[in-house]
Parts: sequence; C-alpha cells; structure tokens
Amino acid sequence: MTDLLKTALTELHQELGAKLVPFAGYEMPVQYPMGVLGEHNHTRTEAGLFDVSHMGQVILRPKNGTLRDAALALETLIPQDVADLEEDRQRYGFFTNDTGGILDDLMFANRGDHLFLVVNAACKEQDIAHMQAHLSDVCELTVITDRALIALQGPKAEAALETLIPGVAAMKFMDVLTASYNGAEFWISRSGYTGEDGYEISLPNSVAEDFTRALLNHEDVAPIGIGARDSLRLEGGLCLYGNDIDETTSPIEAALIWAIQKVRRTDGARAGGFPGAEQILDHITNGAERKRVGLRPDGRAPMRAGTVIFADETTTTPLGTVTSGGFGPTVGGPISMAYLTKSSAAKDTTVFAEVRGKRMPAIVCALPFTPANFKR
Amino acid sequence: MKFTEEHEWLLLDGDIATVGITAHAAEALGDLVFIELPEVGETVSKDDAIVVIESVKAASDILAPLDGEIVEVNEALVDGPTEVNEDPLGNGWIFKIKVADASDMENMMEEAAYNAFIA
Repeated sequence: MTDLLKTALTELHQELGAKLVPFAGYEMPVQYPMGVLGEHNHTRTEAGLFDVSHMGQVILRPKNGTLRDAALALETLIPQDVADLEEDRQRYGFFTNDTGGILDDLMFANRGDHLFLVVNAACKEQDIAHMQAHLSDVCELTVITDRALIALQGPKAEAALETLIPGVAAMKFMDVLTASYNGAEFWISRSGYTGEDGYEISLPNSVAEDFTRALLNHEDVAPIGIGARDSLRLEGGLCLYGNDIDETTSPIEAALIWAIQKVRRTDGARAGGFPGAEQILDHITNGAERKRVGLRPDGRAPMRAGTVIFADETTTTPLGTVTSGGFGPTVGGPISMAYLTKSSAAKDTTVFAEVRGKRMPAIVCALPFTPANFKR
Repeated sequence: MKFTEEHEWLLLDGDIATVGITAHAAEALGDLVFIELPEVGETVSKDDAIVVIESVKAASDILAPLDGEIVEVNEALVDGPTEVNEDPLGNGWIFKIKVADASDMENMMEEAAYNAFIA
C-alpha cells in the first residue's frame, strides 16, 4: 500500500484501531472496532464522525470580482441554478456530459466572494481538468490541498459541535458558516450524506487531528468508517457515483430531477446552456425509458450491485439491474437501488432478482428507505 | 476440535460433527447479515457449497468439510446471523453433519496448527 495517499487523520485512524483499506487512491478506514453495524446504528441514534478528506475541495473565484459571473460560468457545466444561490447557502449538483450523462456529483456553496465546491475523490482530477478547460477565462480555480474535510452526522451532532463551535445550532440544512476555532478558519455546512442531520467541516490540516480528538472526546461521538457510510447513504436513497450514477445515466433516469431548478429547465429564464441539455430537457418533458427506484427484497438475502432484475420467474429479457444493494441495519433487512424500465418502475410492482441462480421476488418502493432527518 | 484450511471448525461427538466458522474467519468477514442454511436430511459431499453467508461486505460460501448427511441446522442464525460473529465457536455453530467416514477428520488441523496456519 506504498502508493496510497494519507489524510491528516490517517495516523489517528490507526490509533483508534481502524481497519484501513485502499479507497479512491487513499488509505481510508473501512471500519473501527465497533464494527459496521454498530457504527451505522450509532450514527442514526447518536453522532458519527467521518473523515472525508479524500474528497476534492475547490474554490472558484471570479477574475473580475463579480461572483455572479463565476456562477454563470459554472452554470455552463452543471444544470443547477448557481447564480441565484444566496450567500452562505449550499446546493447539490452534478457535472453533465454531451450525451446527458453524469460526470460527477458535487456540492457547491456561495461563500460571498467565491464559490466553494466539494467533488468526489475518484473524479477530482478529471473534474479539476474539466473546470480548468472551460472556466479559466472567467474564474481563478484553486485546488485546496492543505485542508481536511470531516463530517459529523446524526441526531446528537448539533449538540456535540455546538460545544466546540458556538453558533452552529442556529444553522439550517444547507446553510454555510465561516467559524474560527483556536484561531483556525473553519468552513462549515449543515449537510452530509447519511440522511441524518449533521455538518461537513473543512478545516486546516494543521488542526484537523486536535479538533477531531476534541469531537471524539464528546461522549456521543464515535468514529465511523466507509463501510457504515455506504449502508447509511443507501438507506438514505443517496447515489454513489460510479454505482448508481455515471456517464451513461441521465439525471432524470437517476430520479434527480429535484436537483435541476426550474430556472434551468425548458421555459426557465436560463433554460439549458449545460452539456447534454437537449437530452436532459427532453427527458424532463417526455420522461425517460428507465428510472432509479428502491427495491425491498422479499426474504433476507441481499441483492447486491450487478444483480439482474426480471418481470417474473422465467422470462429471459431483463427489466434492469441493481446498482447498489446490501443490508440496511435501520430498515432491518436487505435493500437495493436499481434501474428499471418505465413500465416496471411503479411503486409496489413485484419483480424478480436472480440471486445465485434463483429468482427471488422484490417489491419496488419509494426512496429513501429511512426518512431524512434534515433540519429544514 | 479440528480446523480446516477453509476456516471451519468441527467438533465430533459420536459420528455427528458440529460445524462452524473460526473466529478468524468471522472477524475477516465482518458482521453477518444473512445466512442460507442447508436442508436437514441433505446428503453432501466434501467441498459442496452448502451454506451461503453474507456479511456487511460480501457474500461467501461455506463448503462441506467432509462427506455426510446434514442432521441439524442452527435455525436461530436465520434471524440473528451476528451470533456467528459474537460466539463463532459456540452459539454461532452452523450445522451438524453425520460423518460418513470419521477418518476424514484425521488430516484436519489441531488448534495450534490452525493458529500457525493463519499467523
């Protein structure tokens, strides 16, 4: 594992007894001694601390000093409303390609004089090159390499973080705040990727370990690995880039239409103007041939990514494929996300998944599997 | 108690062997979330895949460690598969097999040899 990158917290993970695995080029904790099930449940009932420093942090600053111009430039790459995003607010979005597929998903925030973006670890080099190629006339792009990124998630996250950084309790879902802790500047958003209330915190590498230890000293806070992160986001109905969304899935097929604001849709004030707009806007108007849905397998056998779905026990033409699947600890049973043909994607439809040569029934259901507990 | 290179343990009582997976295997697999047990009365041959277990990470097969007939399965694991993680050599036993030829166990490892095998 000599070529794997470390984060500012890798040594702390080792000290905490984490099992480290290669993940997107980094050495990351898959679990701690509490174990994946325990960590999952701890995050749903208390507060879980995640190291997500492997993700890419990027600043886009307008060269002319007018933030709206940087926002409009970013709108040429993503189908979201960036220009009207208020100061100190964050939004979910995705880079699209010319065929209407998704290059990566991201969070972007209006931080007054600049935009702050967080992108996926596995895609960050490509995202940065993409932005350099298309935005550098208007924006100065800065890749942040001296900051860690941690997430604190769960119903006790607010109280735990408030003890260290007074003021965070007043934030609402997707609010952004600049705070200081022992003289260091923290960039905090009330967001996350577990379906729970919580925060994502960008902080200088130099203070990351001290601050993380301070959080872990709180009785309700435990460190959580990427194993539980996956079951938490799956129960939350949230897409994992590379599994549930990729260059071949349109955002409409992926059931992410909610993330395309009206102003960018047909008849909106800034309709289109992003890669693949023709295809994506057509999907909005006319519907897509397939759709991402939730599946509840009948029985206890998990239906994992790659499992093929059929209409009944004998037909040979598949309806679609599972893109993420496993055991949902909070649900108390197996759960999956799959792409299914339009005609089979209605809620309560019974379909059959081929698991180890046997066709097993599953019911199409709404996402998420567990209700989101965001502080709106 | 005897151990196999497939990380199973066997405890022979008369001609019935109780079979489970080792603590080392349970630790490596992580928390179990699903188990599919064989049918009682099923006649199995050595290396047949007779049990499917899924952990939070992946699915794996458990192979029959020797020829015989399945005489009992641990039904409690269906609703509580993590018992395999919590007590792999005790309450986390998986099935009992009526051994066709007890001499098949002679080549299996003793605990010390198994510990050296996984070290």
